[in-house]
Amino acid sequence: MKFAIQINSAPWENQGCETAYQFSRAASHMGHEILLIFFYHAGAYNGLRWMMPPEEESPLLKRWSILAAKEGIDLAICISAAHRRGLLEQTEARRVGKLDDDLAPGFRIAGLGLWVDACLKADRFLIFGA
Amino acid sequence: MKNFLFVLRHSPHSGSGIRESLDMLMTVAAFDQPVKLLFLDEGVFLLKSGQCPPNPAMRPTAPLFAALEIYDIEGLWVEQESLSERGLSLADLILPAQTLGRADIASFLAAADIVVAC
Repeated sequence: MKFAIQINSAPWENQGCETAYQFSRAASHMGHEILLIFFYHAGAYNGLRWMMPPEEESPLLKRWSILAAKEGIDLAICISAAHRRGLLEQTEARRVGKLDDDLAPGFRIAGLGLWVDACLKADRFLIFGA
Repeated sequence: MKNFLFVLRHSPHSGSGIRESLDMLMTVAAFDQPVKLLFLDEGVFLLKSGQCPPNPAMRPTAPLFAALEIYDIEGLWVEQESLSERGLSLADLILPAQTLGRADIASFLAAADIVVAC
């Protein structure tokens, strides 16, 4: 089955991101296809490279990057949600005269068109983190 | 082609969420997909006429909904109980909408291919 996933909350806000991560990993291991994980609203913070939560909290950031590398899952952060929150991808940052390089490995910036496209191609669409 | 249903449950100035959700909605409409809106709970206040946001940083959201007319939206639905519990009626809203009873919400949601909770 093909899944499209949307994450709406920051990793420290609630359980939603962790649940989304666990779901995506399990589904991928079971042979399902995760077409896209789209980070929207405060979910954009999931890809912030500079997050430094205590190690005992088992930082989700590293696990997202590993998931992207190992399972080849597309982690896309909405560009407008990211910009509103000061998260700039390197090329885009240079374009607007800033020095930022804020995205962790495995994440990329994308537009809402990508999200619609994934919704249309997926068998199921799930939202995590209200 | 998929039927999208956006469910709006938050009041007008509870954050930038509404603005971002409307961006999603307009993108879906721009992809020529059928879109419906359902206003539940505090979300019914999004359509209330006479909103005067006192904080200049919070730009009014009502005009954004008024602008939906230029998009090909299939329609607006408001839960009757959410309206009446807040002392509102259809006459208080800035846009024409249809009412739906609480008992009919589940089947309304089930009829959509993609439900986007906002």
